This record gives sequence, structure tokens and C-alpha cells, in this order.
Amino acid sequence: MADATAKQVLFEPIFSNNPIALQILGICSALAVTTSMNVTLVMCAAVIAVTAFSNLAVSLVRSQIPGSIRIIVQMTIIASLVIVVDQVLKAYAYEISKQLSVFVGLIITNCIVMGRAEGFAMKNGPWLSFLDGIGNGLGYSVLLIFVAFFRELLGAGSLFGITIMPVVNEGGWYIPNGLLLLPPSAFFIIGLAIWGLRVWKPEQVEEADYKMSRHTAKEAF
Amino acid sequence: MEHYISLILKAVFVENMALAFFLGMCTFLAISKKIEAATGLGIAVIVVLTVTVPVNNLLYNGILREGALSWAGLPNVDLSFLGLLSYIGVIAALVQIMEMVLDKYIPALYAALGVFLPLITVNCAILGASLFMVERDYTFGESVVYGFGAGLGWALAIIALAGIREKLKYSDVPEGLRGLGITFITVGLMSLGFMSFSGISL
Repeated sequence: MADATAKQVLFEPIFSNNPIALQILGICSALAVTTSMNVTLVMCAAVIAVTAFSNLAVSLVRSQIPGSIRIIVQMTIIASLVIVVDQVLKAYAYEISKQLSVFVGLIITNCIVMGRAEGFAMKNGPWLSFLDGIGNGLGYSVLLIFVAFFRELLGAGSLFGITIMPVVNEGGWYIPNGLLLLPPSAFFIIGLAIWGLRVWKPEQVEEADYKMSRHTAKEAF
Repeated sequence: MEHYISLILKAVFVENMALAFFLGMCTFLAISKKIEAATGLGIAVIVVLTVTVPVNNLLYNGILREGALSWAGLPNVDLSFLGLLSYIGVIAALVQIMEMVLDKYIPALYAALGVFLPLITVNCAILGASLFMVERDYTFGESVVYGFGAGLGWALAIIALAGIREKLKYSDVPEGLRGLGITFITVGLMSLGFMSFSGISL
């Protein structure tokens, strides 16, 4: 990774090496906050900020940290950044911060932040690490916004709280699909999104543990 | 007593950490290929949650909360903004201590939990439970019960998922869905099943 260009570092994680779809990182908070676009965008901004700056900070002190206590040092850096984000949200976007409830705090244990700090920032310079943080934050955001788009549009007939398809209850024509506002729908949408992504980029397909053998028995026909 | 039973049932089924709040998803998906591993992790989560939630409860009510420091002559101090940092510190420290104690006194359990114990520090379900405890203002007794219930619910979910995945690997899944994709859809269906508990109150 040492000779990776800035552009690669920034854009690879968005589709080719998406943190959620391929690295299985940071799914925890991805699902609970995607019922409406507004909340999702705020969450994405928070995650991008924390990932980028924690990568930057960890990268700056990476040669000073003794190997045996690096996890706790990274944790402290991340936790401090999340506290800053949390306080900013409480001050300027109180309503949304209420809706996000514990999920802002949970950015601390969001594996993306920790995983990138440990996997990338410990080995690379500050500038590349900063870009890597933004890139991975963006990869996370793309998937989150995708999920939120469908959940809000089909579940409540609106986007950003603005009505797109007037629902039946308010005299419109669209019968909202209530399932999409419930937790399970997020799993389905992400599952389907991963399917789509892997059809587009077949090199991400996982090897099967077992292969079906061909039908040999005649009785089957 | 009834209050506690209802709290535990709520934590296990209605507000299942994994399937209703999506907490601890990363490990939930990564370590659910084998039932043995899932069981080990599940037990570790129960143990850690039962200890950390009450300890964080004491910490919050005794030191961080607004006015909690009045015994020290500082009635106007509100340290709750330090919450996140202290909870994660407590969790990391407790996991470390527990690892050493188990290693010394119950080596069998230590060997069974193996690598999962340190991993638990970054499991969102652990921090999540502490944050929910603060948000809902549980008393000490409630927090013990809630921690245990939340852990039990999570363990139940991951063991069930591991069971399904062990069977699922023999089936012919479309190429793009193989692995992670189909796991998401399975979890979605499980979560749908757990939705049927919502609305139950005792």
C-alpha cells in the first residue's frame, strides 16, 4: 500500500473495497439510523469526520505509540473525537441528535473507525491516512444513503421529509409499505445491494464451501 | 420481582440487541459460521454484559451525573459529557481484568472463550447496553437484570444464526448472494420473526 496514490486511497473504498459490503465493518450502526434521509445524512457526516480525523491523529502519533497499548490509545483518541461530535450535534441539531440517541456514541465501537486506524493509519503517513478515512467514510455513506433512500421513499412516501408520493392516509394515492420502516427491511435492502454490487463486480463473489453436483440419476426426469 | 421478570423478557425478546437494535452486528456476522464458536462468543458476551452494565451504572450515578458529586462538595458539577470515554475505559479495563482472573482461577472457561474475550471490547452491543442503561435511567438492580437479559438475547440470536448458516452452506445460492448477501437476508428473516414479540408486555 506504500505506493498507493492519493486518488486510489480516496476512491477505492467507495465501490471496489466497500467497508460494509466487503470488509464487513461498521454494520452495527448502519441499519438503525436509515429510516429517514435527514438522520442518515447527519450520521454519515459524523462518521466521515470521526474516521478522517481519528486516522489523521493516529497516524501522527503512530511512531510514538508502544505496540502493547496501541488499542487503548486509539480508543481514547476515537472516544474524544466522538464526544466532540456528540456535543456539537447536541448544540446545533438537537432534534436529530435525539433521534440518533445512542448511535452517535456507538461510533466509538464502529469497526470502520477502529479497523482503519489499526489497519491503515498505523502504517501510513498522515495525509494518506486522512484521505483513507474520508474514503471509507464515503463508502459507508453511499450504502447508508442508498438504504435510507428506499426506506424513506417506499416506507413513508417522502424524501428529506418532503412528500414525493402522497400517502393514502392524507388523501393521496400511495399505500406506504410499513415493512420498510421496520428493522428487518434494512437487512433485506443491504443484502440485495450486496447482490447488485457483486453482479457488477464479480471478483467480489465469495467461494462456495460446497458445490452442487450435476443431476445424474435418471429418475429425476 | 414481576418487574424484573418483565424487564428480562423484554431485553431478550422484544428489544433483542442484535435483531431489533442491530448492535454487535460485525461480530454477529463474522463469527457465526460455526455453532461452537458462536456459543463461546455468546457466553462471553453474557458474562461481560452482566458485569459491565452494573459497573457503569454505579459510575454514572456516583460520579458523572449532574449533582452526583455533591458528597464531595461539588453540587453543580455535571460530568456526563465524559460518559462515552469513561464507559469504554471501564469496559476495556473490565475485560482485561476478567481475562486475567479467568486465566488464573477458571482456566477451562478461559480456554473455551479464547480469542473472543478481548474482541468483545469493541463489540457495540456492550457499549450500547451501557448507553441504553443511562438513557433509560435504570436503577442498580434493574441494570444487573438488563445486562444479563441483553447478553442472553444476543447469545440466543448468534447461536440461532450459526445453526442456520451451518445448514445453509449446503444450499445452492445465486453467485452474487453467496456468503455475506444471503446472511443478511437470513438475519432479516430472523429479525422479522422476532418482531412478532413486539407489543408483548407483562
